[in-house]
Formats: sequence, C-alpha cells, structure tokens
Amino acid sequence: MEDLLKILEEVKPGVDFTKADNLIESGILDSLSIITLVAKISDEFDVEITPIDLVPENFKSAETIYALIQRLED
Amino acid sequence: MKSITEFLEQTAERYPDKSAFTDEKTSADYKTFTQKAQQIGTALTSLNKRNAPVAIYMNKSVACAESMFGVAYSGNFYIVVDSKMPLERIKSTFGVVNPVAVITEKELADNIKQTGFEGSVFICDEISETPVDKEKLKAIRDKMIDTDPLYCLFTSGSTGVPKGTVISHKNVIAYSEWVVETFDINSETVFGSQTPFYFSMSVTDVFSTIRTGAELVIIPKQYFSFPVKLIEFMNNHKVNTVYWVPSALCIVANLNLFKYTKPEYLKKVLFAGEVMPTKQLNYWISYFPDVFYANLFGPTETTDICTYYVVNRKFEDGESLPIGNACNNCDVMVVNDEGKECKPDEEGELYVRGSFLAAGYYNNPEKTNAVFVQNPLNSAYPETVYKTGDIVKYNEYGELIYCGRKDFQIKHMGYRIELGEIEAAAGITDGVQVNACLYDVNSDKIILIYQGTTEKDAVLESLKKRVPEYMVPSEIIKIPSMPYNSNGKIDRVWLKNNFKTL
Repeated sequence: MEDLLKILEEVKPGVDFTKADNLIESGILDSLSIITLVAKISDEFDVEITPIDLVPENFKSAETIYALIQRLED
Repeated sequence: MKSITEFLEQTAERYPDKSAFTDEKTSADYKTFTQKAQQIGTALTSLNKRNAPVAIYMNKSVACAESMFGVAYSGNFYIVVDSKMPLERIKSTFGVVNPVAVITEKELADNIKQTGFEGSVFICDEISETPVDKEKLKAIRDKMIDTDPLYCLFTSGSTGVPKGTVISHKNVIAYSEWVVETFDINSETVFGSQTPFYFSMSVTDVFSTIRTGAELVIIPKQYFSFPVKLIEFMNNHKVNTVYWVPSALCIVANLNLFKYTKPEYLKKVLFAGEVMPTKQLNYWISYFPDVFYANLFGPTETTDICTYYVVNRKFEDGESLPIGNACNNCDVMVVNDEGKECKPDEEGELYVRGSFLAAGYYNNPEKTNAVFVQNPLNSAYPETVYKTGDIVKYNEYGELIYCGRKDFQIKHMGYRIELGEIEAAAGITDGVQVNACLYDVNSDKIILIYQGTTEKDAVLESLKKRVPEYMVPSEIIKIPSMPYNSNGKIDRVWLKNNFKTL
C-alpha cells in the first residue's frame, strides 16, 4: 500500500489519497493520469493490467486500486 | 439555402422524432433540438447585435450543441471555449475576440466572473426556456447572407497569442455537402463523437448530422481511459461511424482491446488531425477488414479538410498512408519556393482554394495576409488561396503524400530532415506504441520520445537500420505515457518545453 500511495503521489501531487474515495468522478484522475498510473503500477508491481481491469470501479480509491493489484498478483 | 439553420429545420421536418444529439445523460430529437436552438436564439436577440461574437463556455453536451445553433439563429457567431481551459488562456482568447456575451452553465458561471468579463452572461438552462419569437428570427434570417460568420475557432498560435479562424455559413454548407456525399452520411448514421466542439474535426460530425437526420452521440471523454466501457457505450448506442484523432484509435490498438471486446455496429472509421501510424491501422483492419477506412487531411482554415484518401490497398507497418486527393469542390496545388507549380515528384507547400476557405483570422489582418494570399498561379483576377504550411508531394499513384510541416522541417548537419520520417521509422519498431520526434534548436539535437515496452537500445538499433546516420536521434527518451493535449493529439508543445525534465 505504501508503494502504491507513493506512485499516486507522483502522478497527482497534493491529494490525500488515504481519504479520497471518488477519484474518477471528482476528476482527480483524468484520462492521462490513469494511463500513466497504469504504466507505473505495471512496472512497480510487475503485474499486467489488461483492458478488462481498466474500469472506473477499480480506480475509485487507493483501496480499490490496491485490491486490483493484489488480485492480479495472485 | 444560405443559413445552416435552414438545413436543421428541413431535417427536423423530415425526422421530427428521431434522435439528433445524445450525451451520457440526455438525448434530444430533431423537433426538440430545433426548438431549443430557436429559444436560445430568441433570448440572444435581446443583445441587438449582428455578426457579433458570442462565447459558449460549456461542457460538451446536447445543451452546448443547442447553444451553437441558438447563436446562429440570433444572427451572431459562436466561439466554443474549452470548459477546462486555464482562466489566463480564456482571458487572452477574449482579448482577441471580445465577445458580446457568454453562454454558460450554472456551475461554470463563476469562472467567467473571475476572468473579469463584463458583457452579458447567460445561463443556458434559463434562456432555453424563452418563448420563440418567430417574427424576430425571420427578420434576422431575411437579412443574413451566406458569407456571414457561423463560428470562430481558436488554434494555438506558435507565438502564444491564440489565432481565431472565422468560418462562414457558406464554408460549412460547402464542406458538409462534400462530407455527406463522400462518406454516405444518412439518417441511419450514428456518429460516436470523440473530438471537442472547439476543435475543427467536430464540424464534420455536427453538420453532416444535422443535414441528413443522422444521430451524434457524444462519447464521454473518460471512456477513452476505460476502453471496455467505451465499446460497451458504443454498442449501447449502436454507433456505426467514428471520426477520431489517430491517438484515440491507437489507444484501442495498443491495449489490444479487440481481443476482449468488439464494437458490433461499426461500419466507417475516419481519422484526421495527425499522422495515423499504419501499424495501429493494420491492427484495426485485421479485426474489421470490411469496415470503410479513410484518412482525412486539412487545417481549420479550410473548415476541416481539403484532401482525403480512402484506404484501398494494403500498407506495410511503417509505410506512410497517403493524404490522397482534393475533396470535391475544393482544389489543391503543390507550390515550390519560387511560387511555381512543382514537378510531379518534387516536394512543395500545399495551397488550397475554393469554398472551404475561411475568411481569415479575427482581428488579425497581419496573420491573415501572411497566409491568405493571391493565387500565385493566377494573375488575371483576384483569387485567394490558403498556404497550409504543409510540405507534400505526389507518389507514383498520383496521390499526395504528407512530408511534414514547413516549420518541422529542420536543417541538421546540413541535411534537410522531416521529423515525421524519423517518427514513422521509430513507429515500426516492435514494442514502440507511440512516439514523437523533436528538434532542439539550441543544442542542434534530434530527440525521440516514446512510450512502449521495448528498451532504448533496441529502438536505436532499429532506427540505425531504417534511416540515414544524420537522421538518427542523438537522444532517446522512454516515458511511461505520452502526454496528449485537449484535442486528444500528442502534446508536442509540452514535450518541447519539458523534455529536459523527462
């Protein structure tokens, strides 16, 4: 989780990602930052995020993103 | 017919109950859409202005489209302003065009105040309830002529001051006629609209729609980051025609999306705005060999497009796609530095003449006169041509090939180099998904920036095999993801200013 928060902070500085729970609807994560985020997560965690995983529900909050990574690591 | 609103009314009479414009939340049939536009138009008559600029500061929505036609009904012309645009840039746009009024949404009205704008501010939801005053609208139409402006579209001037191209009803009528006949746009067409209303490509979707009774479905921008949703949305709305920037088509190809889900109704794929890499085009063709593909080419100054190429043969990955030949009722010529027509295989600048040509730039005679000039091949009578700044030449099939921008053409170690050629070569390298090539004047260096799965050394090796030594970039930068501007194109300005920090 620590590593993920660090990545999120890099992609979008100045947001409290431990609290934010509507990253998509609020516009905090726009199209560009999601693509950047996905690339960084794939690199850092060595997981393959396919289009199937690219849905708003998986990117609502740091928690849901983390859950996705754990699912992909298994 | 002289006004674009007459075309709208004609279609509304034929297909009153058919969907005209649809967004994520709502949809308007032709009868409702036309009525809303007339209501907004009536409200704007209180301005008592003719051929004056009215800014539309709204999110891309059905209501935004209604406002565009509303402004046309009022006898004025519109400027759609990006709702995400930095306030400073809005100020500089307003500085050039000085709008008499702004139409906006409740939630955005505060931003307009912050720019210090002092004219009338209308809230779209409120003025679209105004009862239609048929007589007033008729009086306005009786007076208008087809060369009156319909909209003004701002492009980023390389100097930092935005340039506003003024497009008339006549331009749009001539241009959309070509679109409709060439791509067989009809009442069965459902556009999946990707491009913003402040970008010239949207003109093709919007006006061919209202001429024919087609439907324009606005695709929410965020679906391009959630491509499975994108396809689901397209299928729900039975989208059969798309006219997108290549970057949007490439997102789909680079994610290998069709392995997971496919658009079910797709018949036509048109693209323009930047070079379409053949590797990604071939991906689309491999999944949808029977779909109609066309490469469109042109600047805002020719309404949207001046030449086009219907893909009718196979292209190897990395081979460049022709931009084809002139549109019907539009003429192009290739002119060399001496102002003479080029020989068949000689490179030269593309000039355009005909009814698609804008009148010029708003409040900017200097820039206008620099590029809207007397036809150098005709000294007998006044005839304006537009110098596109694009370098082109004819191939062995008599089709035009795009070689690059006049201002992208660089001199490096004494050689004249097209950066586009390096990009095309880098693009075929396995594992390179998108790339952009820059030239840094200060250091006299060619820099290649790419996104992909392969390492820099492999890209360099591949380039050495494909381009001459003097074209091999002196620096290669791999980035996790390519930046895109608000139109969805690769953001070259940002790359140029920031490549040192990458």
